[in-house]
Amino acid sequence: MSSDFILRVDGLTMRFGGVVAVNGLSFAADRRKITALIGPNGAGKTTVFNCITGFYKPTSGQLRLTHDDGRTIQLERLNDFRISKQAKVARTFQNIRLFPGMTALENLMVAQHNALMLASGLTFLGLIGAPSYRAAERQAIDQAKRWLDRIGLLERADDAAGNLAYGDQRRLEIARAMCTEPALLCLDEPAAGLNSRESAGLSELLLSIRDEGTSILLIEHDMSVVMEISDHIVVMDYGVKIAEGAPQAVRDDPKVVAAYLGADEEEAAAVMESNP
Amino acid sequence: MDSRVTVAAPELTQASRREAIIFILKKAVISALVALLLFSLMIGIRTEAGPTGQLIYWTRFDDLATIVAVVFVGSIVIELLRQWWGPAPIATAIPPSVQRALGIAGKALPPVLLIFALLVPIVFYDQRYVIDTGIQVLTYVMLGWGLNVVVGLAGLLDLGYVAFYAVGSYSYALLATNFGLSFWVCLPLAGILAACWGVMLGFPVLRLRGDYLAIVTLAFGEIIRLVLVNWQSLTGGPNGVSGIPRPSFFGIPFTRDDDGFAARLGIDFSPTHRIVFLFYVILALALLTNWVTIRLRSLPIGRAWEALREDEVASRALGINITTTKLTAFAIGAMFGGFAGAFFATRQGFISPESFTFQESALVLAIVVLGGMGSQLGVALAALTLIGGFELFRGFDQYRMLVFGMAMVLLMIWRPRGLVGHRAPTVFLKQNTAISSELAREGRG
Amino acid sequence: MDYFAQQLINGIVLGSIYGLIAIGYTMVYGIVGMINFAHGDIFMIGGFIALITFLILVSFGLTAIPLILLIVLLVSMAITALYGWTVERIAYRPLRHSFRLAPMLSAIGMSFVLTNFSQISQGARVKPIPPVITGGHSLLESNGFVVRLSNAQIIVVLTTIVLLGLFTWLVSRTRLGRDMRACEQDQTMAALLGVDVDRTISMTFVIGAALAAVAGMMYLLYYGLVDFYMGFVAGIKAFTAAVLGGIGSLPGAMLGGLLIGLIETMWSAYFSVEYKDVAAFSILIVVLIFLPTGLLGRPEVEKV
Repeated sequence: MSSDFILRVDGLTMRFGGVVAVNGLSFAADRRKITALIGPNGAGKTTVFNCITGFYKPTSGQLRLTHDDGRTIQLERLNDFRISKQAKVARTFQNIRLFPGMTALENLMVAQHNALMLASGLTFLGLIGAPSYRAAERQAIDQAKRWLDRIGLLERADDAAGNLAYGDQRRLEIARAMCTEPALLCLDEPAAGLNSRESAGLSELLLSIRDEGTSILLIEHDMSVVMEISDHIVVMDYGVKIAEGAPQAVRDDPKVVAAYLGADEEEAAAVMESNP
Repeated sequence: MDSRVTVAAPELTQASRREAIIFILKKAVISALVALLLFSLMIGIRTEAGPTGQLIYWTRFDDLATIVAVVFVGSIVIELLRQWWGPAPIATAIPPSVQRALGIAGKALPPVLLIFALLVPIVFYDQRYVIDTGIQVLTYVMLGWGLNVVVGLAGLLDLGYVAFYAVGSYSYALLATNFGLSFWVCLPLAGILAACWGVMLGFPVLRLRGDYLAIVTLAFGEIIRLVLVNWQSLTGGPNGVSGIPRPSFFGIPFTRDDDGFAARLGIDFSPTHRIVFLFYVILALALLTNWVTIRLRSLPIGRAWEALREDEVASRALGINITTTKLTAFAIGAMFGGFAGAFFATRQGFISPESFTFQESALVLAIVVLGGMGSQLGVALAALTLIGGFELFRGFDQYRMLVFGMAMVLLMIWRPRGLVGHRAPTVFLKQNTAISSELAREGRG
Repeated sequence: MDYFAQQLINGIVLGSIYGLIAIGYTMVYGIVGMINFAHGDIFMIGGFIALITFLILVSFGLTAIPLILLIVLLVSMAITALYGWTVERIAYRPLRHSFRLAPMLSAIGMSFVLTNFSQISQGARVKPIPPVITGGHSLLESNGFVVRLSNAQIIVVLTTIVLLGLFTWLVSRTRLGRDMRACEQDQTMAALLGVDVDRTISMTFVIGAALAAVAGMMYLLYYGLVDFYMGFVAGIKAFTAAVLGGIGSLPGAMLGGLLIGLIETMWSAYFSVEYKDVAAFSILIVVLIFLPTGLLGRPEVEKV
């Protein structure tokens, strides 16, 4: 059973001075499935993300990533760019972080940096215009074009990323993360600020990404998206896990309702019983 | 999208006109008063160490009155201009016809400038002063292009660029005077040494951002200069290094002798030969800098530099090694500075720490910023403008830094993004649309 | 041991001067987040104003030293404060919402303007004055070496302490001080709560300039000379002091100033005088790399 998990979080704790943001969190994300991390604001979800993606060093705990070929990597020991390069974990950000002064196409080219660096022989082959590099660059452009087409931005490939509409920017950020060919894609509130049509498009995109073999871990507040696409949900509140399971089960869990409503568990159960 | 923001001129009634006049006068009086207070002592009184060593002074009240009057009138003029022009124009989208015209002009400018540069020594053969100025301009163009890699592309605020210029100069000077190596052998060595210094500077400042990075690089530049001044046994201290060998035409010296350049070609000797040769050498070096930079921009390393400038956090998340990216930016920028330094040494024949002050770093940085960071053409134009402008001040050496300082302040207020207000993408599917500078980030280092 | 004691005294005096300048840097950085590159030159202007005022008073026949010093202090503080205010209005306020590089380059430009202005208006040569405050006290004596505490040194340290007290009262007890602290934390919110942000920021520059003027006057009294270039190096050292103490912390600025003054004096005395500036600059680099928040500063966590 353990080999079906792509990511296993064990006893993750993150302390900032006197504040304990995450306290002994443990859960697992299935391979080729979508796992959602939900909870009220301030529950510590983005902190968990930052630990997984190497922006914070966890105070304690283990983050074990298992690749398709069985290789395991302890994420808490990696940091910085290596998470993306070696562990093949990609992420998007709560406040979109595109490269606004670069075109959509350029954004996707930057994502393929490591592959191109290798092909350019650490720049030297590229400098002299070696055919092997030019072929690699053409391939990278093709991959970028495929993704632009997939998210419907092929016509706007040469427009500055900063000029794109909000919904387009969100999708571009996801496409950019996918251009790094990750094994695990971490999305931080990808549906924030999207209207219902755009959210539906996003759900479709994420489902197709999952079906192509990428595992997804996402933080999200939009419950329609969460319920529609998640295979597994983990609920957090005040830094600890309060529930875990299939979407239906979690939705009906009185603890979860109580957390969101800020009410007592018993009250929540009572309310739910009277409104089936 | 053709939207030009216009402000309708308000109808001026008699009363509002009087109000406006009173407002302007009030402002002018206040400005004049402030000027009076500020300058009363500094301009009104002139101190100097007298003949017996003690301090004496005399008054210059007429100068003071003149300045205050100028401020008064100037304040009125500025207010009138401000009212007449309306509020400062916000980013107005240029209509397509004008954009096309500018586009054509923009594309034509680089080759035109290149041809002009190639012809300068020929057209102005008799005016050595013009060729000398040309050499000066080209040196700063090269320095600007070199610093552009660090500041314009990678967004790393370097206020100590003169350090690499100095390393290049002194490397060549010392290698040539002590070991007799030729310029062409020393040139790559100077570049490599400067690049090493670039990496050494880069390492400690990896985690620094913005202002802190700037001031540490400034401190680094000053340390280099102080070491050059004080390490007399190695560098000759304040006296510098003299007797630096002049360049030869690939082995053939530019002298009157029979084996000299002129004799070999069978023409009369003229000291201008060497100057013209120097001109083409710096032109070649500058073009090399330009070509390498343009190539690197469309390679993964160049894109990584620009991504670093736009958003370091996102770059890290995409698997880019920020450390090596920053270090290569410093190293490449430093290398070009080193080349320029070696050229400077051979051109002058003599160098001293006085040529490598913070003012030089500030000047090169001003060139990069004025040019519109990241734009090759902009940097070239800015160097032409600034250095050309400096030359115009030949007679008024004293006032140069004053005017330069004011120019920097005004430039930042009026056009902080530089002359060239856009960034050219390095890869495109259909159309190479320029991206407005308003969108590109300036980098935090 | 006595030599060391003498250097200690000298270092504290020099450090007081640096501390006064450093406060200006740290206050401005705290409130608008920029390094005021022109601040060192404000210090230099302060020294010049003090010099000229002093000269005029003496030439009018005034001989009472305490009165002279008081007038010079007030005049130089007032006029230099006006310089600080003008610089902020012309070069920084228009750029407050511009991108990061703009105020810095503007400040560098302003620094060149001030330096050159001084050079042109008063000439490039060093300006000496005869010692104003003479005499002193011998503290210790052994092996023929006398540890002296000069009256000038006492004046410098006393003035610094008095002004520091005044200034601390200003920041912690008055409305202006409260406004300054509010703007430091959150400018937008402060504005929404009725704080006149423009005026508060102007006052910050004014106070910083006034303190730098005092430093300039103290420098003049202590070393007996001013020159148009003294702002550049002193500025970097004072900024080092501000960073060492923890940028944004006022006691830190003073502490940093004292430390830098001591280090510079000790280095000159025991190692080499030529490289004393290199020592100061190296400290800046070392502190910013290994202890960027300084001794008394608050650490920042980067939010992703």
